[in-house]
Amino acid sequence: MTVYILRRLAQTALVLAVTSLLVFGGLYLVGDPVEILVNPSADQIEKDRASKALGLDKPIHQQYVSFVSGAFTGNLGNSFVYARPALEVIFERMPATLELAFLAMVIAVALGIPLGLYAGLRPHGAGAKFIMAASILGFSLPTFWVGLILIMVFAVQLGWLPSTGRGPTTEVFGLQLSIFNVEGLRYALLPAINLALFKLSLIIRLTRAQVREQSLLDYIKFARAKGLSDRRVIGVHLLKNIMIPLITVIGLELGSVIAFAVVTETIFAWPGMGKLVIDSIFQLDRPIVVAYLLVVVFMFILINLVVDLMYSTLDPRVRLTDLQH
Amino acid sequence: MPRTILRACCALITSAVMIGSTLAADLTVGLSTPITSLDPHFHNLTPNNSLGRHVFETLVKTDEAQRMQPGLAESWKSINDLEWEFKLRKGVKFHNGQDFTADDVIATFKRVPNVPNSPASFAFFVRPIVDIQTPDKYTLRLKTDKPHPLLPNDMTSIMILPKSVAESAKTEDFNSGKAMIGTGSYRYAEYAAGDRAVFKRNDAYWGAKPAWDNVRFRMIPSAPARVAALLAGDVQMIEGVPTADIAQLSKDKRVALSSAVSNRVVYLHLDSNREKNSPFVTTTDGKPLEANPLRDPRVRQAISKMIDRDVIVSRIMEGQGVAAGQLLPEQFFGTSKTLKPDKYDPAAAKKLLADAGYPNGFGLTLHAPNNRYINDAAVAQAVAQFLSRNGIPTKLETMPSNVFFSRGSKLEFSFLLAGWGAETGETSSPLRALLATFDQKQGLGAANRGRFSDAGVDALLTQALTTIDDTRRGIMLARASEKAVGELMGLVPLHYEVSTWATRQGITYKARADQNTYAFEVRPGK
Repeated sequence: MTVYILRRLAQTALVLAVTSLLVFGGLYLVGDPVEILVNPSADQIEKDRASKALGLDKPIHQQYVSFVSGAFTGNLGNSFVYARPALEVIFERMPATLELAFLAMVIAVALGIPLGLYAGLRPHGAGAKFIMAASILGFSLPTFWVGLILIMVFAVQLGWLPSTGRGPTTEVFGLQLSIFNVEGLRYALLPAINLALFKLSLIIRLTRAQVREQSLLDYIKFARAKGLSDRRVIGVHLLKNIMIPLITVIGLELGSVIAFAVVTETIFAWPGMGKLVIDSIFQLDRPIVVAYLLVVVFMFILINLVVDLMYSTLDPRVRLTDLQH
Repeated sequence: MPRTILRACCALITSAVMIGSTLAADLTVGLSTPITSLDPHFHNLTPNNSLGRHVFETLVKTDEAQRMQPGLAESWKSINDLEWEFKLRKGVKFHNGQDFTADDVIATFKRVPNVPNSPASFAFFVRPIVDIQTPDKYTLRLKTDKPHPLLPNDMTSIMILPKSVAESAKTEDFNSGKAMIGTGSYRYAEYAAGDRAVFKRNDAYWGAKPAWDNVRFRMIPSAPARVAALLAGDVQMIEGVPTADIAQLSKDKRVALSSAVSNRVVYLHLDSNREKNSPFVTTTDGKPLEANPLRDPRVRQAISKMIDRDVIVSRIMEGQGVAAGQLLPEQFFGTSKTLKPDKYDPAAAKKLLADAGYPNGFGLTLHAPNNRYINDAAVAQAVAQFLSRNGIPTKLETMPSNVFFSRGSKLEFSFLLAGWGAETGETSSPLRALLATFDQKQGLGAANRGRFSDAGVDALLTQALTTIDDTRRGIMLARASEKAVGELMGLVPLHYEVSTWATRQGITYKARADQNTYAFEVRPGK
């Protein structure tokens, strides 16, 4: 177990190093941040000053070396735009993104699994057909369009929910979170639904497919033949067996929902990391972009690790040694 | 029946919300661009400057047409060619209760060039000042090493801090609110990066009291979401109304629009630098062309006459632009009264091309940003089509502005579309940045990406930049424009952008040429 985790961490370090190199080089090729940052009317003295202040006057390989040496001490560099440590800027925005992602996943899982179960168990009923048709819509409608429609209907026409922004926050576990008070939750609801829609459809379809497949297998037939109640057959035997693929997908989707909530965050003016990183790319704020991608890569690796560990608890046949590849 | 109840409930809720918002004099404004810092000297960026003006003030202010008005200085005059005297306003108090005096100004000037890690500093505005004297607490004498007529204009950019703050505060102290102490009509209340800034009225303010007790700025960069927030009543005012929504909003009874022509001209720069082998000049069938026709003023004039500006303004800009014939709209200082937008005249263009030795035209590629100016990519496309139709087959390549400006400044283009906002509100700003001969040391031609150069224009401009007398300087600047744009077509002006604000019905805002959004100038309905 320990060896397994250590080996995974070594892989992580390698992936992080490659990512940083790619992003660093890529953004260097895009353009010169000074051209974007300085006021257009600035003269050469001002451009040189800015270039020096941001450490951009040095050759690129030297910039990378000083970035790496900083990274070993936990400092991923100062943002060009905010003149603050990049990680600090990112972590400041992180709670907003995390709570939105969390709420979206709760919606997706809490609705998706029951609806998928229902559609899988009664595949020919009208309800199942309706659920499946709706899930196709959830898949295929573009997020930004759904977001705008949600705003138009629930905020502009009906006036039930606020159109954009994040509500008042309360301190929970030392984090400023908005979804633990009613007013904040009202702000979070529309963006969370918008973010959840795709995941919800995915989970419905996946659950249904799994249910359909597993229901025909011998162990279910045997359980029924034994005279077990429907509740026990579905709730224990079936559900446990369909969970393994579901957890993989939910894990990965949680990662993607955190990392790529940018469309929803932009439409709903949600002050999270996604919006930050888009702004930073436009302003060529390299430290932020590099730090953000490193954080995201790290998060994906971590989620995968957790998912692997969960397999072994769900399915005792899976040994972690088997996962070493 | 249930539907009626539902409707009634909705109506009830809406009216409750509306009553609530009219009773408390609070204003929520949707801003289009997030600010990067609250430090007034950290990043010279329009959104930062606009927001900062609520808490801090400048010696000289500008009105909605960017004319200079007294601010913390009651009056100013030039004593001689090298010295300016500013009389400071008496009885002004900072938010911490301290009196405002000349010492605060001096301390502020000292801080401005020394803000660590500033990506775009304000040092440029105080650099001409070589010495400061204070005959008394409310008089400031600023010495320059050469005549500097724009000193009062420069003073519109420097927000004044109390000495105690200017000497010690770091950028993070402003973002945390600790150092947000100015003389402005609003006090700092709250700031969440990328999300909102909240200010409350400064009841001890020396000037006219603003109408709103509390002002909340929400940053909503997505344009459709900003409009939706206004329609939903979550915000009472937005800036940067998208052109696509103007027609519909102007019919909406809940909303009022106000717009003003801005100080930003959108123009075409042409490579008048390279004698041959300009990178994107080709023959009409796309083969490399050794000679560079863009060096010939007649060719540049022909290009100007090939473009129907009225069509661009009415169809592509949907009225959010005004056809341009020079660098700034006529009401600004130093503009020419004779320069008018070129009329669409393909026949005259053809003749000019023939005179220049290109009766069969040549090929070009136009480069343009696609996320910097209002409908920039669409405007560039129209320009390319007008040129293609009239004998200059033109390809178009658009790209995000972060790529575009880096490449443009490296002179990688032959023909480009860009824009220029005259922060100073007068003509020397675009002249020296876009049309003066490129000179790194003197900071001239900093954005002259076509490297236009003409000794006559340079001479007029240099003379104007050291002429203190306003009337004479205005005439010189107008003549420089006439020569650089009218005669030589160093760049082809297309249009001036119009900026538009939208408010809930009853609330009024006098639209500003500098595109700033000032809550203290927003008037509530009666």
